[in-house]
Amino acid sequence: MGLLVAGVQKNFGSHKALKGVNLEVRKGEFFTLLGPSGCGKTTLLRVIAGLELPDSGHVFLGGQDITRLSAAKRQVNTVFQSYALFPHLNIFENMAFGLKARHIDPVETNRRVAKKLELFGLSGLERRYPHQLSGGQKQRVALARALVNQPNILLLDEPMSALDAHLRGQVQEELRRLQRKLKQTFILVTHDQDEALMVSDRLAVIRDGLVEQVGEPRDVYSRPKNQFVAEFLGAANIIKARRDGGRVVTSLGSFDLSLAPVWDEGTLAIRPERIVLGEAGGDRANWVRAEVREAIYRGQSLDVWLAPGQTIRTKTGEDLRVRVRTHSRDHLRPGDQVSLFFPPEDLVALEH
Amino acid sequence: MIVQRLVVAVVAIFSLFFLYVPSLSVVVFSVNQAKYGLVWKGFSWKWYTSLFHNQIILDVALNSLVVAVISTAVATLLGTALALGMDRFPWPKRLAAAMNFLVHLPVVTPDIILAAALVLCFSLLRQLVPGFEMGLMTLIIGHVTFQLSFVTLVVRSRLAALGRDIDEAARDLYASDFYLFSRVTLPLLAPGIIAGAMLAFTLSLDDFIISFFTHGPDSVTLPIYLYASIRRGISPEIHALSTLILLVTVFLVLLSERLARFRAG
Repeated sequence: MGLLVAGVQKNFGSHKALKGVNLEVRKGEFFTLLGPSGCGKTTLLRVIAGLELPDSGHVFLGGQDITRLSAAKRQVNTVFQSYALFPHLNIFENMAFGLKARHIDPVETNRRVAKKLELFGLSGLERRYPHQLSGGQKQRVALARALVNQPNILLLDEPMSALDAHLRGQVQEELRRLQRKLKQTFILVTHDQDEALMVSDRLAVIRDGLVEQVGEPRDVYSRPKNQFVAEFLGAANIIKARRDGGRVVTSLGSFDLSLAPVWDEGTLAIRPERIVLGEAGGDRANWVRAEVREAIYRGQSLDVWLAPGQTIRTKTGEDLRVRVRTHSRDHLRPGDQVSLFFPPEDLVALEH
Repeated sequence: MIVQRLVVAVVAIFSLFFLYVPSLSVVVFSVNQAKYGLVWKGFSWKWYTSLFHNQIILDVALNSLVVAVISTAVATLLGTALALGMDRFPWPKRLAAAMNFLVHLPVVTPDIILAAALVLCFSLLRQLVPGFEMGLMTLIIGHVTFQLSFVTLVVRSRLAALGRDIDEAARDLYASDFYLFSRVTLPLLAPGIIAGAMLAFTLSLDDFIISFFTHGPDSVTLPIYLYASIRRGISPEIHALSTLILLVTVFLVLLSERLARFRAG
């Protein structure tokens, strides 16, 4: 069932956690709420779970208004950040908790729990207690305990944050596969943009209690709406610009854009890895000459800070720098002269 | 360096010695043959045997037990309810701080002040309704008043250690209020509740000051009896009685500490 969040506001005392959030989550998609800590994403998740009552606005699940329905009555289950496993119950009892609370037939309960135990590779651990499990196992129990209830929506509150970096990447991939396999609606809360890009069908970038941009990872990453989204989703070069006829003039030079800006003066963004490095050459369109100032080896890539050609520095007086991410195979040293190509489709005009 | 460490060690041992000499001497004299004086005349259980044949002592011990059991039951029930109410209800911050202060206050209030207040309170109540003559009931009420804070504090620390996630997870998993309380809150809180009850029981058993002011002629407790007996002259029976009380107290305190730590993490 699809979820609709309409005009949801929530205040904690004088702090405005949610300032009127509108969101639509489609049935069967992996949706991510992405934002820095304190942006209100967890509060929004709790409103959807029924653990927090919004001050105004509505939440609809499959067309039904569930705003005032208690958590215990929603077909929505949550994987908590702390996992919140019941320490006094063994793994089987933990997983059967939601089914027993609804008085599901014991035979059916056993069947469903056994199926999920197998799916999550937890068979044989039924009689163990949470404190006897590893972090990864606890996380799988928390997932299984929620999914065994066949929720309309599964909510995940930063479920990866307690895992170490190595395991996290693996679990992210597994989570992605699991969601594809079950075709259930997942809503994930995270502050990790790599995680969001990797697992989501669509994501919403949230800042200060408002949704900044919603879209598929590819779109949001390559066509950010504003500077916050551009910088939160990864490295970005932000360049001041003004419109001049069909072209855009910056202190680097003038550029063609695939999508012309709507403003007369504003900013452009381009991802460091989208800028193409070439041999110093002629003054073709969207090519800029530059000098390497600093090259930072990062293993999988090489981050190069460049100062664009002499014309630029004299014009503005500031030491403008452009970051380019290239193959780590490339050998570049400070002082090298290169040419940079800014593809028209990768230069994005940001909203104010 | 070595001398310094040696001095520290000696001081530590001396301090412990200092702490336990009175208790140990009571234990030693409780198994001494001699009836009078401070001379060791050989080992004997006879004071324990005569203790258990002394009807007065047995009656007094029963009084103490009745008071301790009833007051502990009442204080545990009320204290747990209070702890839950303080922790789970979204009180405004200032009110929560005030309540917190009010719960801590009786712990540090001198017993003698509480006792005097109880005497005043009971005499006022006597004017209004009959039945507040000093006796078993006033004794039990008096004990509940000081036990309550301790139970509340112990249960609350357990609640704080548990956190709210567990409750929310249970609600998220379709638990009704009753199901949540009976299957999650209560079982997880049980070690805290039992620890609180043990502490309350010990406090009741050992209390002298409040009991002294609130008891009646028919409701003498062990500490009061002990006090009266000592004034008549110390007998080895009293040593035996003291030793037994000491042992029970130590046992209860150790048990309560172990329970408080049980699965707290």
